[in-house]
Amino acid sequence: MHRFANPARFVRISSALLPWLTGATAILFGIGLYLGLFVSPPDYQQGDSVRIMYVHVPAATLASGVYAFMAIASAVALIWRHPLADIAAKSAAPIGAVFTLIALITGALWGQPTWGTWWVWDARLTSVLIMLFLYLGYMGLWEAFDDDRRAAKAAAILALVGAVNLPIIKFSVDWWNTLHQPASIIRVGGPTIHPDLLSPLAVMWGGFACFFAVVLILRMQREIVARRIQALQTLYVAADGHAAAET
Amino acid sequence: MSEFLALLRRDVLLARRQGGATTSVAVFFILTVTLFPLGVGPESALLGRIASGVIWVAALLATMLSLDRMYQSDFEDGSLDLIALSPLPLELVSLAKTLAHWATTGLLLVVLSPLLGVLMQLDASAFPTLIAAMALGTPTLSLLGGIGAALTVGVKRGGVLLSLLVIPLFIPVLIFGVAAVDAAASGLSPRPHLLILGALFLFSAVLAPLAGAAALRLNLE
Repeated sequence: MHRFANPARFVRISSALLPWLTGATAILFGIGLYLGLFVSPPDYQQGDSVRIMYVHVPAATLASGVYAFMAIASAVALIWRHPLADIAAKSAAPIGAVFTLIALITGALWGQPTWGTWWVWDARLTSVLIMLFLYLGYMGLWEAFDDDRRAAKAAAILALVGAVNLPIIKFSVDWWNTLHQPASIIRVGGPTIHPDLLSPLAVMWGGFACFFAVVLILRMQREIVARRIQALQTLYVAADGHAAAET
Repeated sequence: MSEFLALLRRDVLLARRQGGATTSVAVFFILTVTLFPLGVGPESALLGRIASGVIWVAALLATMLSLDRMYQSDFEDGSLDLIALSPLPLELVSLAKTLAHWATTGLLLVVLSPLLGVLMQLDASAFPTLIAAMALGTPTLSLLGGIGAALTVGVKRGGVLLSLLVIPLFIPVLIFGVAAVDAAASGLSPRPHLLILGALFLFSAVLAPLAGAAALRLNLE
């Protein structure tokens, strides 16, 4: 794993991957949206509003998926002090927060026609809202320290503590009998969703995952460059002070 | 063990002799709850229905306000560095600090909660449950809050950030604490909710000192 610890090598490999991932994102989103909006049949109860699912469900999956990614990256950073793991966790947080926000907003738009309300204090909705706060707290903690290394460690501890929320979100619909429907795809006994609806959903999932990878790589590269600039500036200022002291 | 007790005793004594700190938490708790009958109107039916939630939210806020006291002053005058140098492992330091925090704030909230229950017209049958739920819930709040306090100890003006960090962690305690009292008030068994509160307490009692110690280590280096 430490073979990939070198930021320069990461930038080289990820730059090579980037065009492929970008292409995959565009193609998967194209196919997924076409299948979802034009090919898949409307739901017998919900009509066309069911199509919000193709954005809502992948965004919601990714919202908790990105948090899990962040928690794992934080554990790697704390245990093995892998320098890229910090950068990966920091770069993933805003993306995950936006996915969470998309899931909440599309959920409200979907809830209005089907449940007759924008928002209910149901277990799934509330736990996803809490996750948004966890993302914000994580990002706030990063900003609170001047020293990147300490900020990274503090944020990693918080990410691991907050990961307790993940199983609560996953099982909230099974533990509490609430308005949000129970798990219908990843469940014991196979999915209860019709294959005509499932296939565009699967394509959209792939699209969201590739999109996450693209944005993550861009943000990580940006972070690496920013840190390099900062290091160079420190060196420059130090050298300047040295020269001034000599004259 | 003797160092653990010494640290615990020191923190409790400090909180008591500094006066103010403990009393102001109690006053804050009572004042916040008092605002509700004035705000939503004094009808007993309405107050009785929202009593459990109001008392719990006020307890959460009171705990949160007292959290920065846990490490901040020791950090500023350097005694936290000396405590860290003592033979006592940092995990136990954070546990002792948490215990002292609970003994000087949480315990008071438990004792005051029946009084506020009376003020809020809470159903008489719910009082034992309210006390039990507060007794299980407030130590959990101190434990979870201790993580946040340890994480932000070196941060200037960390107060707002601290609330952003700990409120999401507090929410499960709030949900099950309120659910237990509401169940008792409506004649159902509060047992499942109290069991979950107990589980939250045990879970955080094991893990919070570890996270708190890691955060302290980072802020002291």
